[in-house]
Amino acid sequence: MTTGEHQEGSHTHEEAYTALRTRALESLLVEKGLLSTDAIDAMVQAYEQDIGPMNGIQVVVRAWMDPAYKTRLLENGTGAIAEMGYAGAEGSEIVVLENTPTVQNMVVCTLCSCYPWPVLGLPPSWYKSAAYRSRAVIEPRSVLRDFGMELPESVEIRVWDSSADVRYMVLPERPEGTEGLGEAELMELVSRDSMIGVAKANSPSAVA
Amino acid sequence: MNQPTALQISNMEGPGALPRSNGELIFNEPWEARAFGMAVAMESQGTYQWEDFRSRLIKQISQDGQQDAEPEYYQQWFAALEDLAVSFGFVTEEELDRRTQEIASSEEH
Repeated sequence: MTTGEHQEGSHTHEEAYTALRTRALESLLVEKGLLSTDAIDAMVQAYEQDIGPMNGIQVVVRAWMDPAYKTRLLENGTGAIAEMGYAGAEGSEIVVLENTPTVQNMVVCTLCSCYPWPVLGLPPSWYKSAAYRSRAVIEPRSVLRDFGMELPESVEIRVWDSSADVRYMVLPERPEGTEGLGEAELMELVSRDSMIGVAKANSPSAVA
Repeated sequence: MNQPTALQISNMEGPGALPRSNGELIFNEPWEARAFGMAVAMESQGTYQWEDFRSRLIKQISQDGQQDAEPEYYQQWFAALEDLAVSFGFVTEEELDRRTQEIASSEEH
């Protein structure tokens, strides 16, 4: 990118110039009908909010369909997730916890908001709230009730505190009545919250 | 596994990786988000193929000697986008110079 009047100046100067040139490019592309301002807004928003959990959903569905993958995933989460092409978060380890009829794992970060974002995308705002961070540890059963999960006393709740070194992701139970479903249908059943451990995967009847 | 392009973009690794903090994309200035949005919106409309942009971005970054991601990353991103827009004939360098000048002078008091 070379233009006559653009000198190698201070950093801010270059920033300001690129900011102007970005606006110029946008106005030209919009004028020529190649783009709309709304389309740009929508894409930025989609990337900021929606793209992330897709990765985790693919990991869960593969584990449901492929027992050998599930074994690898539970033994070495970081490695099995890397197999799917997703890297760790800033070099930290990702540990995957399996929910069963008798164990409900749920994830929190009591210190800040560490989150396995390469698989789950952005942490939801409640995950970062002081209320969730403290209550998840003190009264997890009541927190889960707030999320609409009424668990029998016989179900053990395990709360996992994330850190900069280890991030957790929950592998929800595969819902009953899903034996005949294909990959795409199964993907619709996995919610972000089920991978944090504050919800179950949806049952097919609830989705349909 | 065949990933949709949006995931490929989101999951770029190495020097081309999108700058993030605990997963959130970092845009230090509004223009950075606009530059990002223009590139991904045109790709998603099928105006060009992602590889056309990715290869330019990587080339730009390696030319600049792989400095740290911020704030230079979106300077490089924009340079790649401008190169793509010009070489695909979406805009000419002259149009862009002229429009930049117009915007600059309309803001001078």
